[in-house]
Amino acid sequence: MFKKILIANRGEIACRVIRTAKRMGIATVAVYSDADADALHVRLADEAIAIGGSASSESYLVIEKILDAIKQTGAQAVHPGYGFLSENATFAEKLAEEGIIFIGPGVKAIAAMGDKIESKKIAAGAGVNTVPGYVGVLADDKEAVKVAAEIGFPVMIKASAGGGGKGMRVAFNEKEVKEGFRAAVSEAASSFGDDRVFIEKFIEDPRHIEIQIIADSAGNTVYLGERECSIQRRHQKVIEEAPSPFLDSKTREAMGEQAVLLAKSVDYKSAGTVEFIVDKNKNFYFLEMNTRLQVEHPVTECITGLDLVELMIQVAVGDNLPIKQKDVQLNGWALETRVYAEDPYRNFLPSTGRLTQYKSPEGLDGVRIDTGVFEGSEISMFYDPMISKLITYGKNREDAIEKMALALDQYRIRGVNHNIEFLSALMSHDRFKSGELTTAFIDEEFPKGFNGIQITQNDKETLYAVAIGFEIKRRARNANITGRANLPRRAGSEQDRYTRLVIIDGNHKTDAKAQLKNGSCIVDMNKNKYDLNGNFEPGTDIFEGQINKKSIVLQVDYDGSKYSLRKGGWQATIKIIDKKIDRLMDLMPNKVRPDMSNFLLSPMPGLLVSVAVKEGDKIEAGQELAIVEAMKMENVMKAESDAIVAKIHATPGTTLGVDQPIIEFE
Amino acid sequence: MQDIIRKLEEMRDKARLGGGERRIKAQHAKGKLTARERIEILYDEGSFEEWDMFVEHRCNDFGMDREKIPGDGVVTGFGTINGRLCFVFSQDFTVFGGALSEAHAEKICKIMDQAIKVGAPVIGLNDSGGARIQEGVASLGGYAEVFQRNVLASGVVPQISMIMGPCAGGAVYSPAMTDFIFMVEDSSYMFVTGPDVVKTVTHETVSHEELGGAITHSSKSGVADHAFENDVEALLQLRRFIDFLPASNREKAPEWVTTDPIERSEPSLNTLVPKNANKPYDMKELIVKIVDEGDFFELQPNFAANIIIGFARVQGSTIGIIANQPMVLAGCLDIDSSKKAARFVRFCDCFNIPILTLVDVPGFLPGTQQEYGGIIKHGAKLLFAYAEATIPKVTVITRKAYGGAYDVMSSKHLRGDVNFAWPTAEIAVMGAKGAVEIIFRGDLGDQEKIANRTAEYSEKFANPSAASARGYIDDVIMPQNTRGRIARAFMMLRNKQLENPWKKHDNIPL
Repeated sequence: MFKKILIANRGEIACRVIRTAKRMGIATVAVYSDADADALHVRLADEAIAIGGSASSESYLVIEKILDAIKQTGAQAVHPGYGFLSENATFAEKLAEEGIIFIGPGVKAIAAMGDKIESKKIAAGAGVNTVPGYVGVLADDKEAVKVAAEIGFPVMIKASAGGGGKGMRVAFNEKEVKEGFRAAVSEAASSFGDDRVFIEKFIEDPRHIEIQIIADSAGNTVYLGERECSIQRRHQKVIEEAPSPFLDSKTREAMGEQAVLLAKSVDYKSAGTVEFIVDKNKNFYFLEMNTRLQVEHPVTECITGLDLVELMIQVAVGDNLPIKQKDVQLNGWALETRVYAEDPYRNFLPSTGRLTQYKSPEGLDGVRIDTGVFEGSEISMFYDPMISKLITYGKNREDAIEKMALALDQYRIRGVNHNIEFLSALMSHDRFKSGELTTAFIDEEFPKGFNGIQITQNDKETLYAVAIGFEIKRRARNANITGRANLPRRAGSEQDRYTRLVIIDGNHKTDAKAQLKNGSCIVDMNKNKYDLNGNFEPGTDIFEGQINKKSIVLQVDYDGSKYSLRKGGWQATIKIIDKKIDRLMDLMPNKVRPDMSNFLLSPMPGLLVSVAVKEGDKIEAGQELAIVEAMKMENVMKAESDAIVAKIHATPGTTLGVDQPIIEFE
Repeated sequence: MQDIIRKLEEMRDKARLGGGERRIKAQHAKGKLTARERIEILYDEGSFEEWDMFVEHRCNDFGMDREKIPGDGVVTGFGTINGRLCFVFSQDFTVFGGALSEAHAEKICKIMDQAIKVGAPVIGLNDSGGARIQEGVASLGGYAEVFQRNVLASGVVPQISMIMGPCAGGAVYSPAMTDFIFMVEDSSYMFVTGPDVVKTVTHETVSHEELGGAITHSSKSGVADHAFENDVEALLQLRRFIDFLPASNREKAPEWVTTDPIERSEPSLNTLVPKNANKPYDMKELIVKIVDEGDFFELQPNFAANIIIGFARVQGSTIGIIANQPMVLAGCLDIDSSKKAARFVRFCDCFNIPILTLVDVPGFLPGTQQEYGGIIKHGAKLLFAYAEATIPKVTVITRKAYGGAYDVMSSKHLRGDVNFAWPTAEIAVMGAKGAVEIIFRGDLGDQEKIANRTAEYSEKFANPSAASARGYIDDVIMPQNTRGRIARAFMMLRNKQLENPWKKHDNIPL
């Protein structure tokens, strides 16, 4: 077995590999860029080597720097994680030249599967179902239009060297092919340094289902069931699960066998994933093979009881797999949600900054969190804004979903925007619960983006009751302040044993009366009675307790005036006042904040790259207005409706803040 | 006797109605509450006792003898806020526009005199058109009587002014001499001369709001300590504010129980100060993570934001916090921030409120604007305030403590009781680069030499070692333990006794 390995990666995957290595008694070496000097993977590893600038092109992507780190530390093998150099054949080759073991497949397999066009040819040759398309590099947009017409719309334009949704465009007509071709080429060039793109048939209502395989050098290749990753947003996976709620054992077996055939045809060893697209008749087509450990591998680990990193290390050492196909058993159901630093209320724009608060769910049965951050760490603009992967494992799908919903309610992140509420909303979404998934799920179910969820008045009242619990507990505490005058109450003002309150939630008011009794809080609201217990102490930010003996978890933020409540994707900011001043509250003017609806506002901090319109222009809905660059992503801002440009407020090159006006419309 | 009682009841009813239904409606239409409604929100239910409800003005000129309303435009009395005694005067805009008459002033003076005697705060809810012009000099005299009492009460009992309507001309000087001024957005304004006079004299066109609205005074002039959205919010927040203050200079700050653990460790603070010394961070994160329940009542948040001031609690009892804010102007001291912090330090010192100073200061802001504006005298105010303060003083240096600003910010030399530094602290005359450029001016051409010298200077001073070797720093503490350490320090200092030499009063550089 290895004595020491180096993990050529960062973030949660580096931490995850270190964890298994530690358990196996293998010393670990982390590498880190400037931005990651304080990162969790650096803290967890036995040794850590600085490898340069914050941009990954100056550190994690520089093969020489990784090789230097290996030489400095005497590591015998390298685990590449995912992304960065994980599917870089040159890297694997260089390691081989130095006599360092690459914990992954052989150079040949990486090279063959790394090229989307090449891999399709190999797959077809190996007897794997493939999507109809043009297997070849497109010269220009004219050729793209011609080929697209031959295949039949809709088509998908994809970067040859691509992955992760970058350099991919769907086109439903010629105009979109032209646009998509140009966009895919430029994105491919900037993301992968390779601007080749190809085109294929776009399958509507598709599901993304992939097969995990693991192979050793003795030729034992095993498939470990499937993962369904249909819940995607702009081709980025959001939720993954294993098994798929769609497959039957016959299809699973057929897909598994084809995946094994493909792997064998390139002498694959180590862990790999064969991605398929599956149509509604359970026809499946090969999409691509990822010659690395996938982000979503934990769900497979949950239902198979295997540690994929451990198997990868064993295979890399030269050991045979300890399992055969017949040993593979799928038990229970696992779900993974990707917690991202992004703003679901603003079209999922990435967010960066310091995690001023980070409390992940604790002590829950069947919950696994793979993360590379801690409270006080920085989500930097240089890398993928993933905060963590939250994995739940249950006896069935319903159970896993329930656990996920609870874990998300307990997950507290502040300092950056995050998608917890969006993920929570998915957990209570009927269609998601039914398992009727396609890769267009999010676009179909959230066509106007995410705006939180609505809950019934009854459910709201339950949550209000918790806030009332906090309020009266706080009042009771405050009333015991030192230095009281103990003035007797004036005649005619009888003391009520209840505290009479009004909850103000936007324009909606709810009356309530409450009292503390033997440590519980009793709340009466709209003829309902709530008996509450739990941690109502002032300053508590995650409430865990019972309402009428039923468990409840929600997040409470109090700013000295208002309570913000969050649960299950719902959130509200409410005010609790005494009933006696309610009529006075009604006299307060409703102050309207300035209307910014006729402005194009910068959705995030970034650089204004270009403005595509000028003052006086008549614009159509959907027309490109400006490009804002942030996190190395060019975000094209399009017109939401037809309008006339009144004024341009920012010139290209301007550094923009959030909500800074760019264009004003008439 | 029955007759007298009936007559009294009639007068009571009349007084309660103030200027009458029509004027009350007009007041409400402006989004403002009446004097009595405001008291209802501010005070504990059933606790308010009104005085001088039957007082009337004594003016007989200009037809005023026919216009008498019991109470004469101000409601005065006492009661409790969260159980604690407070005096209040609440001007009634519905009665003669809240204009101040001789009798009106006498009512205010009466409760002020009483408040000073019993040691309880005075709250003024200001909503007055100004002097009762019909009374002429008698009204002016009334103002001056109030001013005199503001001064006598200063430092004896907390005085708080809530501006809830107009407050113009000489009338502004009573609030100006109180400890805190709060304002209500859109419905209050303060100025010495109004827009009309401004227009005539300087030809500037300016609105009431721009000249002296809540936003102006809470962000531009620094006159107001806070601006609130509306009357209700303002009064509820005033209740919350009173909970922080001692009733008088004879008492300690109030306390209540908290379940927030004293030794609560905050590992995230270990990464608060960025590696790059020129990168800012938010000092407020440190504040909310070390005080009880994250509850911080910030004052003047939008004025001179390079320094943060406000109240919080540690172990349930009030402390005042003064902290440099690296996010704004790198946290430097300038005219506005020095004045802002100096006045706050003096308030805390008057009223036995221990202070916590969080230091990350690169020095004083350079420039002609500052020098011509008199930064020398203004910076000296903060220095003076810290140096004269005898209350418990605990200081934590998180990063930079450069030059004279190091001395100013509650340093050991100014009788700082407990002075801590984080390992990231740099206590030096200036940053390494600047220092080397002066000390080794001759070597400026030689890049390598300069780089070496800079490294050498950093090694010596860009850390807490030199200062702690001299005892200027009592201990270097881990950021994560800050809450526990300052709590222990304040506990140790609970019975601190320190007196300055007898003097009539000091002569702070005004």
